Amino acid sequence: MASTITLAVTRYRPEEEAEPTVETYTVPFRKDWVVLDALNHIKDHQDGTLSYRWSCRMGVCGSCGMMVNGSPKLTCAAFLSDYAPGPVRVEPLQFFPIVRDLIVDIGEFLHKLKKVKPWIVRAEEQPLSEGEYLQTPDEVDAYKAFSMCINCMLCYSACPIVGLESHFTGPAAIALAQRYNLDSRDQGASGRVEILSDHEGMWGCTFVGDCSRVCPKNVDPAAAIQQYKLTTAVDTLKSWLLPRGSR
Amino acid sequence: MNGDMSGGAGLHHVGDGGMTRRAGLQPGHAYMRYHPKWYRRRMSVWWWLQKGSYAQFVLRELTSVAVAFFAFIFLWQVWALGQGPQAYAHVVARLGTPLAVVLSVVGFVLVLYHTVTWFNLAPAAMVVRVSGRRVPGWMVAAANYAAWVLLSAVVAWFFLGANQ
Repeated sequence: MASTITLAVTRYRPEEEAEPTVETYTVPFRKDWVVLDALNHIKDHQDGTLSYRWSCRMGVCGSCGMMVNGSPKLTCAAFLSDYAPGPVRVEPLQFFPIVRDLIVDIGEFLHKLKKVKPWIVRAEEQPLSEGEYLQTPDEVDAYKAFSMCINCMLCYSACPIVGLESHFTGPAAIALAQRYNLDSRDQGASGRVEILSDHEGMWGCTFVGDCSRVCPKNVDPAAAIQQYKLTTAVDTLKSWLLPRGSR
Repeated sequence: MNGDMSGGAGLHHVGDGGMTRRAGLQPGHAYMRYHPKWYRRRMSVWWWLQKGSYAQFVLRELTSVAVAFFAFIFLWQVWALGQGPQAYAHVVARLGTPLAVVLSVVGFVLVLYHTVTWFNLAPAAMVVRVSGRRVPGWMVAAANYAAWVLLSAVVAWFFLGANQ
């Protein structure tokens, strides 16, 4: 086994250069190292100016998403040994504006996320004296998969529609909207449909399906969006065909 | 969104929902402290060739042209049927020319690709529940294929069997 591996890392220093460049670093190659370990090694021992986001190192916080050899990955879960003998190409998440080196601006994403009201919306809160909102295991199963999202934005980086249409609400936000729509405690579905039924919302999705392939939490946002489209279409048909009372 | 998403030469300011963060930066401008200069890569027109799954997606969408082609042929046949035996015989003769046969064969292959890719995607969009339990994805796809085979058999019987 080789004792070192080379990383080709995107650098962007806006105070010095007009566009990103690539710098190569050679780091020890260890079987138990992930790409994030290699980046930390570079920052600690070779170049302290390298900038990137990370926090938990265990696939929970969703901060360390980057393009590794052209695919969006959580770098804390991308083992160097899977990319041996290298070089390993490390780039910032694509389709996002680059702020510095491997750091992207996530302002647009946060705005889109907030827009879909990803929280439980109640017409009226149940008084405390009535206790908590109870759910059966089946009611939990209805939305559980979609609730595993960690907002790592890998799905945005996998989706060509996000790259082509910067206003597209995008996979994670729509999947989270659907997560709350399917929650038996939530009453905000009709409000979300108004937000998501335009071209920038769910109908902007053309079902490329790559969002679901790259999701580290198996959320399957593509399925969430298609199911949302189907429910909306069926509801619209019902509103045309059925009398008001039986909808 | 307040940001300008259409700036020049790949350098853009990006809206953040509430605040307008316009530092007046243009390509070539000096770096301003506390006003980050974002860099946004332009998407290549060849983006769909960069990944196998993107190419498959674009091909799937393009094959809908073949679906429209067959729908048009079918409407043409129905129209001719309404015009009488002579008109129908004329259409059948036109469809038998080498060019029409080649178009039909190519179109058929494209429609097959379209059908198979869509049927394979159907389980993602359709959550079917039978007595409270979710039907597995492969069964949803299988039901689509079964309906396809059945309908094709009916059509084949109608066109081939009914002539005898």
